[in-house]
Amino acid sequence: MHIDSIKEGIVLDHITAGNAMKIYNLLGLDKLECTVAIIKNVPSKKVGKKDIIKIDSNFDVNLEILGYVDPGTTIDIIHDSKLVEKKHVDLPDTLHGVIKCKNPRCITSVESNLEQVFTLTDRDNKVYRCIYCEAKA
Amino acid sequence: MRSLISILDLSVEEIAELLEVAEDIIANPKKYSEICHGKKLATLFFEPSTRTRLSFEAAMMELGGNCLGFSEAQSSSASKGETVADTTRVVSCYADIIAMRHPKEGAPLVASMYSTVPVINAGDGGHNHPTQTLTDLLTIKRKKGKLTDFTIGFCGDLKFGRTVHSLIQALSRYENVKVVLISPDELKLPSYIKKDVLQKNNIEYVQTDNLEKVLPELDVLYMTRVQKERFLSEEEYIRLRDSYILTKAKLKNAKEDLSILHPLPRVNEISTDVDSDSRACYFEQVLNGKYVRMALILKLLEITVD
Repeated sequence: MHIDSIKEGIVLDHITAGNAMKIYNLLGLDKLECTVAIIKNVPSKKVGKKDIIKIDSNFDVNLEILGYVDPGTTIDIIHDSKLVEKKHVDLPDTLHGVIKCKNPRCITSVESNLEQVFTLTDRDNKVYRCIYCEAKA
Repeated sequence: MRSLISILDLSVEEIAELLEVAEDIIANPKKYSEICHGKKLATLFFEPSTRTRLSFEAAMMELGGNCLGFSEAQSSSASKGETVADTTRVVSCYADIIAMRHPKEGAPLVASMYSTVPVINAGDGGHNHPTQTLTDLLTIKRKKGKLTDFTIGFCGDLKFGRTVHSLIQALSRYENVKVVLISPDELKLPSYIKKDVLQKNNIEYVQTDNLEKVLPELDVLYMTRVQKERFLSEEEYIRLRDSYILTKAKLKNAKEDLSILHPLPRVNEISTDVDSDSRACYFEQVLNGKYVRMALILKLLEITVD
């Protein structure tokens, strides 16, 4: 299967197989006018298979979302058809407006204007807690 | 400008300073009687809590200051749909410091983000109640002369009791505090507190369902109320409730210098015949609550006394 390489834009590589559509939706890629390629189940020597998303424009990727959903993803910045930068994403220390607190006793359950903010309290176990009520995400 | 939302907002050194000021207030009340003259405390109580509110108001009055506020959400703009942020912004224009009680967890934190004056969390749902913890710490300090090297038993509802969770969290920062957790299976301390607080800080702890058996080992006994609504059957509630009633007879084998604490209100978990025992400290604890709140108001208003 052949997908054209891109001249200016970004490639989200090493996405865990099956996560591409989730990332596509969460990053709001459906709103882009440019070409976006979602390539699923690409053979990978390291992990067996992976997903890849190619975006044919310079898109400002929300690293918080990407890091939270799939921290193993890499971001390749392509300029003039060449790879000019490779970024590795990691679990972000804080999440702003990415997930919602599910605790019915939390102040955010009655005041929807408040920004949903979570902080990483346990990196090993990927535990995020709401900054208001400290409930687990 | 500082606020107090969680007991962990204060370092061990700051807690020591606060307790020291509280003890100085107890020893020299006159020195502090007019120190907050012209200052106003707003008590914003979105749910009723008469004792906590009166403790804050008494504290401010004894410092020579004044109080304003409301004691339930119905008498505030919240009933008209005003947000915590807006209420706080408005009240910041009238008062020098705010004490807030709110049924929703995190509301005082929101208030502190928008307030131009210090905010004290006076209890947010089942989450934090740092001034109760300061009260407990002052009581232990005054009784034992230290906050290190003692064994404390927590008895009753350890699952839902926020005062227990906060005090365990606070004590985990002191040396050689041993914890005995006394509760029925249904009301055991949540495993995340055991893992994140006790085990993480290498606190020695044991769990038991037998109060009488461990009573002789304790230096401090922190009693809590077993709440009826936590049980599925009335029978089960009555059985468990009655096994955690502290009576004068049960105290027979307890240490002579045991200190019995309770955040109050009590129902029947401490029999009234214990009240006259010199080891009962729960009413003294109420008084300590006022003094430590006085010390806290001074700290947050950055007022010092020579």
